[in-house]
Amino acid sequence: MKEIAVVAFSQSDCLAQAGAANEVELIMPQLQAVFGQVGLNNAQDVDFVCSGSCDYLQGAAFAFVAGVDALGAVPPIKESHVEMDAAWALYEAILKIRMGHAESALIYGFGKSSSGELPIVLSQQLDPYYLAPLWLDSVSLAAMQARLLLDRGLATERTMAEVVVRARRNAIGNPHAQVSGEFSLAELLAADTVVSPLRQSDCAPVADGAAAMIICSVEKAREWGVPYALLSGIDHRIETHNLGMRDLTDSVSTRQAATAAGAGRGPVEVAELYAPFSHQEIILTRALGLGNDTLVNPSGGVMAGNLMMASGLSRIGEVFRRIVSGDIARGLAHATAGPCLQHNLVAVLESA
Amino acid sequence: MTQAENLSQAFELGFTYTRSTGPVVGRFLSALRERRIFGIRASDGRVIVPPAEYDPDTAAALDEFVEVGQCGSIVSWCWVKQPRAAHPLQQPFAWAMIRLDGADVPMVHCVAAAAEEQLATGARVRVVWAEEPRGYITDIRCFELLGETVGETASPAGGSGAAGDLPTPGDVAAVTRIDAPIYLHYNFTAGAAPARFLTRIREGVLTGQRCPRCANVYIPPRGSCPACGVATDEEVVLPDKATVQSFTVVAIPIPNNPIKPPFVIANLVLDGANISFIHLMSECQNSEVHIGQRVQAVWKPEAQWTYAMDNIRYFRPIDEPDVPVERIGKLPITGWEG
Amino acid sequence: MAKLAAVVGIGQTHYKTRRVDVSIAGLVREAAVNALEDAGLGWDDIEAVIIGKAPDMFEGVVMPESYLTDALGCNGKPMLRVHTAGSVGGSTALVAASHVQSGMFKRVLTVTFEKQSESNAMWALSTPQPFSVHLNAGAGGYFAPIIREYMRRSGAPYDVGIRVAVKDRLNGARNPLAHLQLPNITAQEVEDSMMLWDPIRFLEACPSSDGACAMVIAAEELVSQSPRPPAWIRGVAMRSEPTMYAGREEVNPQAGRDCAADVYRQAGITDPRKQLDCAEVYVPFSWYEPMWLENLGFAAEGEGWRMTMSGATSLDEGGDIPWNCSGGVLSSNPIGASGMIRFAEAARQVRGDAGAHQVEGAKLALGHAYGGGAQFFAMWVVGAEKP
Repeated sequence: MKEIAVVAFSQSDCLAQAGAANEVELIMPQLQAVFGQVGLNNAQDVDFVCSGSCDYLQGAAFAFVAGVDALGAVPPIKESHVEMDAAWALYEAILKIRMGHAESALIYGFGKSSSGELPIVLSQQLDPYYLAPLWLDSVSLAAMQARLLLDRGLATERTMAEVVVRARRNAIGNPHAQVSGEFSLAELLAADTVVSPLRQSDCAPVADGAAAMIICSVEKAREWGVPYALLSGIDHRIETHNLGMRDLTDSVSTRQAATAAGAGRGPVEVAELYAPFSHQEIILTRALGLGNDTLVNPSGGVMAGNLMMASGLSRIGEVFRRIVSGDIARGLAHATAGPCLQHNLVAVLESA
Repeated sequence: MTQAENLSQAFELGFTYTRSTGPVVGRFLSALRERRIFGIRASDGRVIVPPAEYDPDTAAALDEFVEVGQCGSIVSWCWVKQPRAAHPLQQPFAWAMIRLDGADVPMVHCVAAAAEEQLATGARVRVVWAEEPRGYITDIRCFELLGETVGETASPAGGSGAAGDLPTPGDVAAVTRIDAPIYLHYNFTAGAAPARFLTRIREGVLTGQRCPRCANVYIPPRGSCPACGVATDEEVVLPDKATVQSFTVVAIPIPNNPIKPPFVIANLVLDGANISFIHLMSECQNSEVHIGQRVQAVWKPEAQWTYAMDNIRYFRPIDEPDVPVERIGKLPITGWEG
Repeated sequence: MAKLAAVVGIGQTHYKTRRVDVSIAGLVREAAVNALEDAGLGWDDIEAVIIGKAPDMFEGVVMPESYLTDALGCNGKPMLRVHTAGSVGGSTALVAASHVQSGMFKRVLTVTFEKQSESNAMWALSTPQPFSVHLNAGAGGYFAPIIREYMRRSGAPYDVGIRVAVKDRLNGARNPLAHLQLPNITAQEVEDSMMLWDPIRFLEACPSSDGACAMVIAAEELVSQSPRPPAWIRGVAMRSEPTMYAGREEVNPQAGRDCAADVYRQAGITDPRKQLDCAEVYVPFSWYEPMWLENLGFAAEGEGWRMTMSGATSLDEGGDIPWNCSGGVLSSNPIGASGMIRFAEAARQVRGDAGAHQVEGAKLALGHAYGGGAQFFAMWVVGAEKP
């Protein structure tokens, strides 16, 4: 099967409120950045374009259509869109390359979730007869998941806070971070809970912004003469929507995806995990069997800022950056979707 | 470049959806109206409440209903200190995963309690029914604490009665449909380029943007030239005369719109612009509107000007010769002399 | 090089104004089960599920695929959700096919749906936003001026659209799944129906339907495991262009022309009218038949309406290239599924299982979908013969 190379990645600053910028204005700088990294002019220079976004974040049907205005799609281009995080747009692009209909692809994701009340918007993702009418928000759902971990001794409020302290410290080196810095455990634990047992610090700050990536066949990457990372494996799995039927302290689908992506075939030096809540990093780390020899979320992960519909792609981008800079030879990236880690994607990247 | 304001405005995205329930969900909701709770037996024998239509493990369609108890134990919970406006309870409350007696799979609902300290995993709870159950999940208004706790593993036997006397969808009383009012609130931001456009139109000035690459002028501008994919920022003030590129006579009413049919909406290109926009035409015989026709804006009184394209009430025909089709969208700012 | 893949199962629901007997999951499930039965397969035989629908505002469920996992037997499998506006049904079929054509999967299920009766299409397609003029009056308000420009250019007589409206409804009457059943429709009736968006009359516009469509797509080596004849995928293509740009050709969009050229090249088609046996083309307003006849290369520019008027696209009149034998979008329109229905109906024709609307001996067929401001295109060519 055709080998896939990641050749460029860029993401915007994570902003709690991107102000006046509309979709096109959020996307365009990221596209210019990835084109610049490879030396391309616009989307005409790649064979396929795929994006990820969600209409309900902005509250407008067809929010993604405006995104096409950022591409320079004249003459027309091969283009598609998933109503998912852009990590899944990447997945679709890989299919296109592997079937021989493209040698290269541009992927981007964007969201402006500050427009609405995100936890309430996401409550309408739940079962429309039994749960959505209760307006059960996404933070409360995560809080019940966290409680299960605490009750079973798989996490403590302290280990959850440790995740946050480390993430925010790591984020100091991340120029796009919305939240970063040195915080003490005591300081975090002294704060009151917002939805007990979660403190505000356990919840990733939601950010407006966009991210973009360019991938291609290895042959194309050589032709372009740019540094690249091999995307040696990628897989994603979904679980039942019925929360009561799942063991919420585990992430079976993450493990399935990791196995299928071949995560265990070599050392995982870095893992960038899409964990919007501190306890979910604990769940994911366990599900993936990551030990002390794996550096988890060196970028700060989404605790540095959660770019809805782009954070999954950004995790892959962060691992790519570390590989092409020569910091590491092999890493894993994870993306998630749906309530309480329902749907998970794992990608494995390696140095060429 | 003009100084733009950061324009944002609250809006509601709302609709009352009408959901048909299908037989399984309908049976459950019908039973709620009788203040009874039914689960469904999964392929492996477990009882799922509320009843799932399809087995999560085997994908089999499920149909064996089982009545469960109205008390249960908390499997997990969280405490909401500041309820959101949409939440079912407006006092601090708990969400909980509750395993009802006789059920195996916990359901999620809210629990009313005076203080967080009263909540505990394993705590026993009981349904509080709405005064008038109507066949909605919210017929269970909430759960309340019984003041006792059981070990997590001890799942008391429930009143798992036979389901023979369940209301069926064929009954007059059966629930087959629910309303789902979904009203979400957003704060829409216009975008930098549209905000500049809107700021100027508030002053009665039409301002487009020119693409630095292909030199075409876009109005209203969106911040990019869609053809070239590059940012636009050179502003061009345009006159309020335009040409009809095409049009339609609309005979059906637009929901929530005061304009009464029949009315003409036209794709209009302003002089000096290279793209059309849609606007109303009036002061004309609908039957005489035609492609290439020259029109001019009729503005609202200045006192009513705001950040909106409808500062222009409509466009009306003017006494200028028609523009040949091949010139539409290519006229200079100076207009059309014929 | 793309791996060979074929449609081995097709399932549809009845299309109706309101499917009051099912939940959203029940609707989607019905099409999926029908496709699995048609393919002689069970849930365990499916490796991945690809789902598509138009804006979530139609049903008011945000990214509803999350809730639909159990109904579609997805647990532990990959599930992907596509959304490319009105073309989504076609795009979803193409994304599903790419799972197999890439060699990464052996057999996948793809499902698209819309339960439009849960809300109101006019509302869901143009939800209000501040700072904008609310004049678009639904899809008809957008497309009517483009149709008018086509009429001006081509000099087509006023009744071409009427002719298409009658033909597609007569076809729909042959298809028991079609929403509109109007076996006695007449040109006079269409002409007398209310003018909604001049020149589009009520009976020249598509209905609003509930419904779902599903297909099972399998790799070459698994095709023989299904009992019915396969529809081999001979070409796949998608193209997009911006909604508006200076000088955009709206009547005959370049994205459509390019997409057709791409799919024909893959299928070895140089003369679509001659080589294809039939086509299922997204025609939500009657005038789009002559317009797409030209855009897709079945007729020279300006000549599409003559072809329609000659009866060439009519099944009843024994035309040489029948279009929309199933009744098309003019007879059934659950928006998110409408594109996939075109793709599936093209496959039914070459499998020879289209029942009363079968084109005798059909071997090669085109499935087509478009969306947005006629800017997103998805097409495939399917054939009875293995390439």
